[in-house]
Amino acid sequence: MHNIRLIPLGARPRDVSFDQLCRDIEMIIPVRITQQDLPSDIDFALDASRKQYHSTELLARLLMTNPEGVHKIVGITPYDLFVPVLTFVFGQAQLNNRAAVFSTFRLHNEFYGLPHSSEQLDSRCLKEALHEIGHTYGLRHCIERPCVMNSSTYVEDIDLKPADFCLTCRAHIQSLF
Amino acid sequence: MTAFEPSDITMMVVDDEQSVRQSLEAWFQDDGYTVLTAENAAEALKRLQSAQIDIILLDIKMPGMDGLALQDRIREFNKDVIIIIITAFGTVDTAVRALKAGAFDYTTKPVDPDELSLIVRNAVDRIRLERENAALKESLDHLQYIDDIVGESVQMQKVFELVRTVAPTESNVLILGESGTGKELIARAIHMNSKRKYFPIIPVNCGAIPETLLESELFGHEKGAFTGAQYRRKGKLEMARGGTLFLDEIGTLGLKQQVDLLRVIEDREFHRVGGERSVKADFRLICATNTDLSKAVHEGGFREDLFYRINVFTITLPALRERKSDIPLLAEHFLRRHATAMNRKVEHFSSEAMELLQQYDWPGNVRELVNAVERAVVINATGTIGADDLPLQMIRAPRPVHSDSSLAEVERRHIQHMLESNGWNISRTAEKLSIDRATLYHKIEKYGLKRPE
Ligand SMILES: [Zn+2]
Ligand SMILES: [Zn+2]
Repeated sequence: MHNIRLIPLGARPRDVSFDQLCRDIEMIIPVRITQQDLPSDIDFALDASRKQYHSTELLARLLMTNPEGVHKIVGITPYDLFVPVLTFVFGQAQLNNRAAVFSTFRLHNEFYGLPHSSEQLDSRCLKEALHEIGHTYGLRHCIERPCVMNSSTYVEDIDLKPADFCLTCRAHIQSLF
Repeated sequence: MTAFEPSDITMMVVDDEQSVRQSLEAWFQDDGYTVLTAENAAEALKRLQSAQIDIILLDIKMPGMDGLALQDRIREFNKDVIIIIITAFGTVDTAVRALKAGAFDYTTKPVDPDELSLIVRNAVDRIRLERENAALKESLDHLQYIDDIVGESVQMQKVFELVRTVAPTESNVLILGESGTGKELIARAIHMNSKRKYFPIIPVNCGAIPETLLESELFGHEKGAFTGAQYRRKGKLEMARGGTLFLDEIGTLGLKQQVDLLRVIEDREFHRVGGERSVKADFRLICATNTDLSKAVHEGGFREDLFYRINVFTITLPALRERKSDIPLLAEHFLRRHATAMNRKVEHFSSEAMELLQQYDWPGNVRELVNAVERAVVINATGTIGADDLPLQMIRAPRPVHSDSSLAEVERRHIQHMLESNGWNISRTAEKLSIDRATLYHKIEKYGLKRPE
């Protein structure tokens, strides 16, 4: 069984249950998730003028941790992420490789001036995690049908897609196990 | 809908900054596009000679040959390639010059992911249109049934036939029917059986949203479009992209929104509230109403031109009382569903209960039937739903002895019903019927009505 390590970056995102998230992921793909307790320091990736963290640098650092017996490393952070040319990213993953990272910053309803909803937050975290993990298993954005690999540039896009892979994407992932 | 794979489209990112090339390359690779990069004009031109490139993202400010000059050179090679300009903040006038010289669109650094994906989608759409000479028509010879649409009656068979006919077309559809008849289910059936089925169907209940909010709900808005618009929001029209927009209770739409909607239907594009960039409208429109729209048109409450636009094809759903032969089938269907959902072993209706279900007039239509069955499953203790498990108003409803509907028979039933629902209080019943007590006594005697023991 593949092992995936979940690593909090900078701080543990508030209101997110890691145990719940791990269980939910394990329900959808046949992997075992382990957690790292202590958040890693990520100040090196901060762009002070943008007040955002450079997600590509976070991916590089995640790779350096190189935990033993772990197939994929997924970082989760409460801070906003960017890549140089874009205003923000929800997350970033190495296509068909080991590391992925996503941010809960724009997954909170409060960010959009709406009342807190732990149900929506949990479901968005799960979808983002599955989506980025999907990329590490070589999946690209899925455009044919409802699928967690549909691309999202809006939180509404995330809400619209299911927290599961379509048959085609699922078949691809399962062929790897 | 997509006749080709994203990997059939080749993009080239031309930028002197390595981090920009890398981020954009990764971003477009995630979408499945084939991506090339070039760090200067010379390299870009070299790549153009050796590869078929469909879309170029071009940084306008580069050392050596700048983007504008490069755009001109590229046009010499390739008249069809789509060029998207990326410009630094503050050099928008250069971008405008590039647009005049034939660029497809432009965006400023740092690029908003959504804006970029919108521009690229528009570009890909254009390529798709060009490549799709022979439209690939998916053959839909059998209907995919939506589970809850049940009916063997002639009326429902006619509805299914209409759904089958209209689903594979792109026609706008107007669904008429009383509330509770399942108009949204029919909209979903049309969607599921159309070539748009892999894209979402987005339902909007126009009557449930205050008129002041409806505009941004439908069209979305840009940050700062109005007081309180602190964040950008995507509207339902945009979310329905590629799929179906279902506007329920279309009759409640205000005149201003009617104009806006008409414009979208005619122009096939719209703007987010406070937005500059037009967004392509790519959805099929299905509307529904329980009001008499043609009457509203006549009275000036609904625009005639919009009415004709949305009413290309009409499907009228029968009220449940008009297809009583379907009631047993529907009741059994909902019984199975609720019993399974609640994990209760309730399998049948008693014949008395079924008779009551068939006699009742169901003003709330299928939705009322669903609720009645759900309630019965909850309170039932025996495994067979009996008359006692059904809502009171059904048990009390007049039970016709025979199907005589002469005026006298209708009057008899009505008086009996009123007496029962007023607990045989003569004064109150007489008042409700707007007759005096003496007349009521007379009628009770005439029809031989008896107070239950
Ligand atoms: Zn992605
Ligand atoms: Zn998929």
